[in-house]
Amino acid sequence: MEGPKIIFEIPIFGGIPVTETIVNSWIVIVFIAFLCKFLTWKMQKVPKGKQVLAEKLVLMINGLVEQTMGKDKMRFAPYIGALFVYSATCSLSSLVGLRPPTADLNTTLGWALVTFAMVQYNSIRSHGILGYLKGFLSPTPVMLPMNIVSEAVNPISMSFRHFGNIAAGTVITSLLYGALAAASTVILGWIPNTFISTIPILQLGLPALLSIYFDLFSSCLQAFIFCMLTMVFVANAID
Amino acid sequence: MERAIILAASAIGAGIAMIAGLGPGIGQGFAAGKACEAVGRQPEASSDITRTMLFGCAVAESTGIYSLVVALILLFVNPLVNML
Repeated sequence: MEGPKIIFEIPIFGGIPVTETIVNSWIVIVFIAFLCKFLTWKMQKVPKGKQVLAEKLVLMINGLVEQTMGKDKMRFAPYIGALFVYSATCSLSSLVGLRPPTADLNTTLGWALVTFAMVQYNSIRSHGILGYLKGFLSPTPVMLPMNIVSEAVNPISMSFRHFGNIAAGTVITSLLYGALAAASTVILGWIPNTFISTIPILQLGLPALLSIYFDLFSSCLQAFIFCMLTMVFVANAID
Repeated sequence: MERAIILAASAIGAGIAMIAGLGPGIGQGFAAGKACEAVGRQPEASSDITRTMLFGCAVAESTGIYSLVVALILLFVNPLVNML
């Protein structure tokens, strides 16, 4: 287990390192852009084929936003949909062997800070600057430090939750690969041929079972949780 | 020698930090058990119950995730070695 590798450096401002995370994020972005173009290519009045899939996804996101935030806040649906698809695709990219961009705290902290800014902005917009400041003094002025801390800790807990789940998956998967390689050398070690005795035969198939939980289930669940928390916080800030 | 002691202490500390995983485990178990009861009582609301349970479980998980982050930092970043 090691951090994201630095692929190259941009030679301005004393060298800006471009890591694996950024490169993989752009791969995911390009993939999503092509997918959107492909799914909505030559749309028809009566949907069929790939258009059904796109409409199902949009309807699902719209239903979720309407149920969680209420009918009057449907303007957030495009952002939530983009966040969900991007987060899920980022985490699922580990299925094709890329290092998932969400296993880097920078990615998830960026999203969490966007949510934080949205919460503050919408709170000020709907309550006015005085009402917003007064909210920190409720229920009593003694609670002021507590309110500030509980507000400031939200982006940290949100980003750590997403990062921790995906990074734990990467760590445990790499530990399992190491253990299986060691176990297969024990099993095949008696064969005198060095090529055959170093084949990690146990690595075949077994990690796939773990991958179902860590890659498929956990990725989709964490994307859903992140969107859900964003919706709940923003809706609370407006009401 | 000092370095070896600090590395060993970091590894032990990472192990101890993960004891915090007990709490979320118990809490999520309670949540899942209650969700099972609720589905048994009202099978038609199972999709709503499942969604609420997953959401609650993920929020209850935060303390466990914090301990995981502490353990990962102790194991892979080794901040205490630089303080020598």
